[in-house]
Amino acid sequence: MQEGAVLEMRGICKYFPGVRALQDVDFTLREGEIHALMGENGAGKSTLIKVLTGVYPKDGGEVRIKGVEGAAVIRSPQDAQNAGISTVYQEITLCPNLTVAENMYIGRTKGAGANWKAMNSGAGKILKSLGIPAGPRQQLGSCSIAVQQMVAIARAVDMECKVLILDEPTSSLDEQEVVKLFGLMRDLRAKGVGIIFVTHFLEQVYEVCDRITVLRDGQLVGEYIIEDLPRVQLVSKMLGKELDDMADIKSEMGGAGAGDTGTPVLEAQGLCSNAGIKPFNFSIRRGEVNGFTGLLGSGRSECVRAIFGADHVTGGSVKMDGKEVKIKKPLDAMKQGIGYLPEDRKGDGIVGDLSVRENIILALQVMKGFFRPFSKAQAEAFADEYIKLLEIKTASADTPIKSLSGGNQQKCILARWLLTDPKYLILDEPTRGIDIGTKIEIQKLVLKLAAEGKSVTFISSEIDEMLRTCSRLIVMRDRKAVGELKGADLTQTKIMATIAGGDEA
Amino acid sequence: MPKGIAVDKQGRIKERTAMSDTNLLLTITIVVFFVLYLSAIFFLGGGFTKPQNFLNILNNNASLIVLACGMSLVMITGGIDISVGAVTCLVCMTSAVNLEQQGGSILTVILIGLGIGLAFGVVQGFLVAHLGIQPFIISLAGMFFAKGMTTIVSKEPVRVTNEGFLAVKETRIIVPGLGSTNKLGQYVPAYVEVGVVIALLVVALLFCLLRWTKLGRSFYAVGGSSQSANMLGINVRRTRFLAHVLCSLLAGLGGILYFLHVGSGDVANGAGDEMNAIASSIIGGTLLTGGVGNVIGTFFGVLSLNTIKRIVSSLGFDEAWWSNITVAAMLCLFLVVQSVVLLRRNKSK
Amino acid sequence: MTAPVKTPNKRPGESLLRRFTRHQLFIPLAALALLILFNLIADPSFFAVSMKENSLGNPVLSGNIISVLDNASELVILAIGMTLVTASSGGQDISVGAAMAIAGSVILRLVCGGQAAADTLQTPLLLAVLAGILVSMIFGAFNGALVAYFKIQPMVATLILFTAGRSIAAWINNNQLPIINDIVFKYAGTFLPGIPVPTPIFITAFIVLLFWLALKFTNLGLYTQSVGINASSSRLNGLDPKLIKLLTYVILGVCVAVAGFIRVSRSGSINYSRIAENIEMDAILAVALGGNALSGGKFNIYGSILGAYVIQFLTTTLYKYEVPSTALPAYKAVVVILLVVLSAPVVQEKLSSVRKSPAKAAKEVS
Repeated sequence: MQEGAVLEMRGICKYFPGVRALQDVDFTLREGEIHALMGENGAGKSTLIKVLTGVYPKDGGEVRIKGVEGAAVIRSPQDAQNAGISTVYQEITLCPNLTVAENMYIGRTKGAGANWKAMNSGAGKILKSLGIPAGPRQQLGSCSIAVQQMVAIARAVDMECKVLILDEPTSSLDEQEVVKLFGLMRDLRAKGVGIIFVTHFLEQVYEVCDRITVLRDGQLVGEYIIEDLPRVQLVSKMLGKELDDMADIKSEMGGAGAGDTGTPVLEAQGLCSNAGIKPFNFSIRRGEVNGFTGLLGSGRSECVRAIFGADHVTGGSVKMDGKEVKIKKPLDAMKQGIGYLPEDRKGDGIVGDLSVRENIILALQVMKGFFRPFSKAQAEAFADEYIKLLEIKTASADTPIKSLSGGNQQKCILARWLLTDPKYLILDEPTRGIDIGTKIEIQKLVLKLAAEGKSVTFISSEIDEMLRTCSRLIVMRDRKAVGELKGADLTQTKIMATIAGGDEA
Repeated sequence: MPKGIAVDKQGRIKERTAMSDTNLLLTITIVVFFVLYLSAIFFLGGGFTKPQNFLNILNNNASLIVLACGMSLVMITGGIDISVGAVTCLVCMTSAVNLEQQGGSILTVILIGLGIGLAFGVVQGFLVAHLGIQPFIISLAGMFFAKGMTTIVSKEPVRVTNEGFLAVKETRIIVPGLGSTNKLGQYVPAYVEVGVVIALLVVALLFCLLRWTKLGRSFYAVGGSSQSANMLGINVRRTRFLAHVLCSLLAGLGGILYFLHVGSGDVANGAGDEMNAIASSIIGGTLLTGGVGNVIGTFFGVLSLNTIKRIVSSLGFDEAWWSNITVAAMLCLFLVVQSVVLLRRNKSK
Repeated sequence: MTAPVKTPNKRPGESLLRRFTRHQLFIPLAALALLILFNLIADPSFFAVSMKENSLGNPVLSGNIISVLDNASELVILAIGMTLVTASSGGQDISVGAAMAIAGSVILRLVCGGQAAADTLQTPLLLAVLAGILVSMIFGAFNGALVAYFKIQPMVATLILFTAGRSIAAWINNNQLPIINDIVFKYAGTFLPGIPVPTPIFITAFIVLLFWLALKFTNLGLYTQSVGINASSSRLNGLDPKLIKLLTYVILGVCVAVAGFIRVSRSGSINYSRIAENIEMDAILAVALGGNALSGGKFNIYGSILGAYVIQFLTTTLYKYEVPSTALPAYKAVVVILLVVLSAPVVQEKLSSVRKSPAKAAKEVS
């Protein structure tokens, strides 16, 4: 092992059906450093961490931990804990039906007995010292998500670990809580703990981290000292392109996506749903590409879900081409010529075990009706047409969609909606977790559709992607639309300022 | 400030302002039982006023209490075991044949009961925990296997005449102070059978296990979220396996108690007891989805269920089928209530 | 992420035999072949079919094969409905036996006009059967509503009717055991005059044909599979997953009523606690044997039908070798456990790695 290192991973490989999630990745963590693990969605950050903590078995490579002879054997989260690795995951991984104290101590102590009294008082002390507003005997499920996340952090901190992994812990914390967390991280660093910090927020990386490792498409890009890597370079390393290289697709496509000046295709007034968004107004014109932007959880997905009727709409009115329509469920929206590609491809998009062909025709088939199925020949013709048009890489139209790669699955869902010939297409994170080539293809396709006179709403976590496609952006913050940007205002800094809001602008 | 926390003037957090799901459902169950029983005493009077009537509910259901507690255990981990009734039946029949035709004793009966329970538990637990097969399918197969095996052991009912066994069976433990005076003016002491003592002991032991031991809390953790439990470093497979072993072992013990109560082996023994056990657990506040429940609640669930049955029969609906329909109706009611409560709570988040 | 890994479906070098063994219908076909082979070797007369006179003096076909085809009828019809329910809701309805008792009880009450015994039909047969179907559909909807709208696991939701069903059936007839002696009532369960083939075989063929048409000319198959595989994504494609789940339970209700009618029609009477006892187990087994995942999703209805016949074949064979009917569940339970163990993902993975490794080794040598 290297001098001063607490953790070394060498040549880590991990395969999932159809995907090489990690390929020959090296990672080194030194004592008393905060090390950022960066990469786009699907770059393999979470997979690397799950391999390290024994959630996934690795398919190759070895892990060495300070104080452990030879290669460490980590087959379960329990092994990882025993080896001195504690983890706070992106999603909350505590048991909501247990008390706060139980969540902090369960699975850690050896032996059959358990001294709950000591645990409760111990937990109480830690909670107090970290300023977490929860009692040790309180049921975890009754705490807010942010408090639950803080409890998870408290648990990890209390384990006196050598390695602390924080996998996007800040997404549910507010500013003050983040400051508190950073203070805690610095304290631990001073005590010699090595911290792996995964986050999407660049500012946070530059605020607390000492070193950065960048992953891309499951491969290691490199390890850098923070001072040596300016932000622009970090972004280009993550994306795998020099920023200047990125084709300016918008001008390439001849300025498509601005839309005409007639009656809006869709106009929503005071729309709100049971998903907790504030009423918002929205309209889109023929041939326009616009977008919702904002941080994760700002309500951008909920807005489009309300438009499509995917969540229960609780108020507001919608006009299509100037005529008032009622959209209560997805089928209503589909009949009005709206298509919706959902954010969660696996959970809401594909129907895994069905074939590519069935997945492509599904929406159109449902619109056609229960008693009028397409003939096999016709379904095949539809599928073949779109497999060719979108260059979907599949063994055949009969292959189950789940065995395709992420990008090709996404193209199938796109094909599904294109087949219905929609007037208005909503694409929520269509490029998440898919390779860069397909990303550009999808962006081009969006502009091409706009040029053909369709309207598109495009949502992406990557702002430059939005800048390249959208002519108008609606900015969301705290489940509320807080601004609308177009024309000359469409710049990275302006968007950032609007997202941050208030005085920071 | 997060929901459910009250802060006093000094800014300290008051604990336990929000009741945990387990305690809430437990409270409901106990209240339901007392309301049922008190209204029975008030409106129906008669037998319900005598303490012995209440003790008879215990005497008749000692085995069910044990079965239902085992069922709650599995349900808390998010599983289910519908083989317990058939296992009870198999234990009774095997014990009866052993006592009558093979010269067995109380000791062999205990060994047979626990042995059969352990065997079912190990096999079912392994298939559920390590091969990831749905517990319902496995225990359905277990139920049919046990039913078939019972008839292979003996198709005809076997009555036990072994004296040592009958002596234990007839042992009555007098409960002081609860006796009553009969029509002839004689004082009749109130009593419980040996099985009741064992059943109450089991309830107490399981309560401690679930409340204070690491294994007990692991059951809750696995049922609450098996993925999280895994991340927290709990061995989920082993926990599931142990839950099934314990449940089947308790089914074996329940079989012994049933045998001790009826004193014969019969293919109809314990028929439908898996249903009664599930219904008691659900009425006792154990959620089917796992993670919430309590054996004290289950104990009161058994009492409530049988009180209802008695009320229905004393109202004049004494044909055999009413009892089944009542159980099903109670089960349906509580299932729907639970489901509505759960759906509401998930929505509010 | 980008590098495509070989998909499991495309294996160019695969031999025909290997492809056949991977086919969904391999297990039921192999089981059937095994049973036929066993009977051929043990006693070829098992397959003899002859003409005999039945109790009414009509010449009818008889023999083990005919009895398999005849006795499997209820099971085949149930298996079809069970397949749909399994596909859409990822669980099974364990109340089908009890629900058959209810349907049978309703039909008998109507044809007997509420009396303990009747020599002629008191209600037109068609009307009685339709009433049976309607009641059965209502109970199916009850199960379906618990599953779809209250999100209770199917097996637990149907446990309610499983417990209460036979008691409800008894209650419908006030715990009498009505007997109908009108020969017309027994046509459906025995023979039509002048036709030597048992009527249940025709009814089954008709139901199978009906479902074949339904699967061909409606989207029943696509919708149920889609909902069973991914309800959330189906909803976003305009389907109503709850309604479709409910629908499959109602369809199963129809199947249950037809099966119940055949069963009471065989004897013209009913025994509430024994009628169609344990048939839910066989129906679930038929679905699993047909290569359908019990966790729902994709289904092959013909696999289930074949599975049902295989089970009846097994039952008839066991009877022939004098295994007592009460011990049958034990044998079948062993078969069920073997099947679910073999189809468990963990075991499948282990098996395929065992299968692969010799092949890999062979390649490396060459």
